[in-house]
Amino acid sequence: MQKKLWIILAMVFVIPGLLFTASCSKKAVKEDTSLSQQAQDEAEKAAAEKARQEELARQRAIEEAGLKEEAIQKAKDNFLNEDIGFEFDSAVLTPEAQEILKVKAEWLHNNANVKSTLEGHCDERGTLEYNLALGERRASSAKSFLVDLGIPASRLITISYGEERPVDPGQNEAAWAKNRRCHFTIN
Amino acid sequence: MRNCWIKFFGLMVIMSFWAVPGVARAGYDYVDISQPFLRKIPIAVPLFKKVSSGHETDQLSKSASDLLAETLEFTGYFKFIDREAFLVNPQTDAAFANVNFHDWTSIGAELLVTGGVLVQDNLVEIELRLYDTFKEKLLVGKRYKGNIADERKIIRRFCSEVIYTLTGDRGIFDTEIAFVSTGSGNKEIYICEFDGYNPRQLTHTNSITLSPAWSSDGEWIAYTSYAKGKPDLYIKNLRENRGYVVAKQGINTTPAWFPNKFELAATLSFSDDPEIYLLTGTGKIIKRLTYNKGIDVSPTWSPDGKSIAFVSKRSGTPQIYIQNVDSGQVKRLTFQGRYNTQPAWSPKGDKMAYSGMENGHNDIFVIGFDGKDPIQLTHNEGDNESPSWSPDGNLIVFASTREGPSRIYVMTSYGTDHRRLLALKGRQTEPKWSPRMVNK
Repeated sequence: MQKKLWIILAMVFVIPGLLFTASCSKKAVKEDTSLSQQAQDEAEKAAAEKARQEELARQRAIEEAGLKEEAIQKAKDNFLNEDIGFEFDSAVLTPEAQEILKVKAEWLHNNANVKSTLEGHCDERGTLEYNLALGERRASSAKSFLVDLGIPASRLITISYGEERPVDPGQNEAAWAKNRRCHFTIN
Repeated sequence: MRNCWIKFFGLMVIMSFWAVPGVARAGYDYVDISQPFLRKIPIAVPLFKKVSSGHETDQLSKSASDLLAETLEFTGYFKFIDREAFLVNPQTDAAFANVNFHDWTSIGAELLVTGGVLVQDNLVEIELRLYDTFKEKLLVGKRYKGNIADERKIIRRFCSEVIYTLTGDRGIFDTEIAFVSTGSGNKEIYICEFDGYNPRQLTHTNSITLSPAWSSDGEWIAYTSYAKGKPDLYIKNLRENRGYVVAKQGINTTPAWFPNKFELAATLSFSDDPEIYLLTGTGKIIKRLTYNKGIDVSPTWSPDGKSIAFVSKRSGTPQIYIQNVDSGQVKRLTFQGRYNTQPAWSPKGDKMAYSGMENGHNDIFVIGFDGKDPIQLTHNEGDNESPSWSPDGNLIVFASTREGPSRIYVMTSYGTDHRRLLALKGRQTEPKWSPRMVNK
């Protein structure tokens, strides 16, 4: 009699217990899909936005690099193409010449491993040998100025071409003024 | 008189310099050394007598007599009587063996040169005589033997004899002129004979080469060249393929040889300023000559080597200064004009030639050391630069653009008798007269 009662009691407790746990676990695993879908959408949007921003940034960087490259080239061209001029029979640096030399000094600072040759030239008036010496004085003048601005003398070489290498063969004031110059090259 | 002629014909002179016996030397009173170009001596040079016959003899008779006249004319001492005015045919005996002086004095000739030419195979025999027609005497007679190709050499030698007889100086017939020409596309150094014959290219640097200078013995030429990319000083032996280089930083230029020594002055700017230094012929510095910040350039020595003249800007404009080498004392020479450069000290020691620039163009001036004004030798004839004296101090060679492209000209030291020396392709500049060449 009592054995049968324990079995029934056990059954009464176990089976619902089993049922209960089964239904509990089912309940704990059930997800809220509507919320995760939202998060997923948002994540995708953010990723797309990020990609777009990155693309923009990349393009901007390319543009900037291009501009910088251009600027670097321009500064270098300027260094090579902008000569300083002189008065007739003079190696004195005019205020304009000094301004140009300051720009050249800056470029030399920014390009610290570059050596430059300073060529001194004269116009065709005057006599050959004297003009060789005058060209030398012009190149020396420019070199001294640059050294005073901190460029090591070892980076600057001077050479005179006297009246031997005019840029303008004309026989007039304008041509002569162009020929009286110190020209810079990069070694 | 006949004895003299027989003696003379007996002589077989082979390129030698015997004085003719029995004939009094004329003395040196034909050309007034102090004013040599004031009065030109009228001289007659007829065609030479043809002693042999044939085509070559015909040619030589004309070419040799023409060359002799041209060569003597170069000195500026003579005025040549037109052959049309001659009363005598050179092919008759009267013109050669027995001179009738009246035939010549009557047309105004004070000097007469006659010659006879003989051609045999490739050999020539040329006999030449200089007469004083008014004194009716033979001053100099020579007979030369050589190859046909020696014609110029023979004529030059006889001209030396003529000038020696008349002035006591052998003249400039054995000299040459170095100069710069752009004919090859670059400035290179060339050399020609004193009268412009036989120009030949000396340097082949394919770069800018300039500023030639002869040593006193004519064996070396110094010059500046950019052959290695910068203006270096080269010292080159003319006969052997050897030399020296001065390649200091900066310019190495305007060489000027010390008289009769293997030393030269030059402008070097390795101290960051062009200064003048004395160097050995091998290019080593002996001592520094100028100590002045600013341009000091273009040295030229006095003939005794005791002083050096140069261009300096120390008073503000390029002017010529003279420095005593021992004492170092410097005196300014030029005070007229604002740009005086390229000084050249006369071999006679008494004058300085230079180029002075006024209103943008250059002219040649000559100044003495007595404080008197300079004399301008070129006028309104383009740019005239780079004067250089002949070794006897009578002639000046210079560069002129009077015809357009720069050419080499010669004039007397008084600025008379301008004539163009030669015209090559390109532009010719910076002439320098050689000393007398010993072995020509």
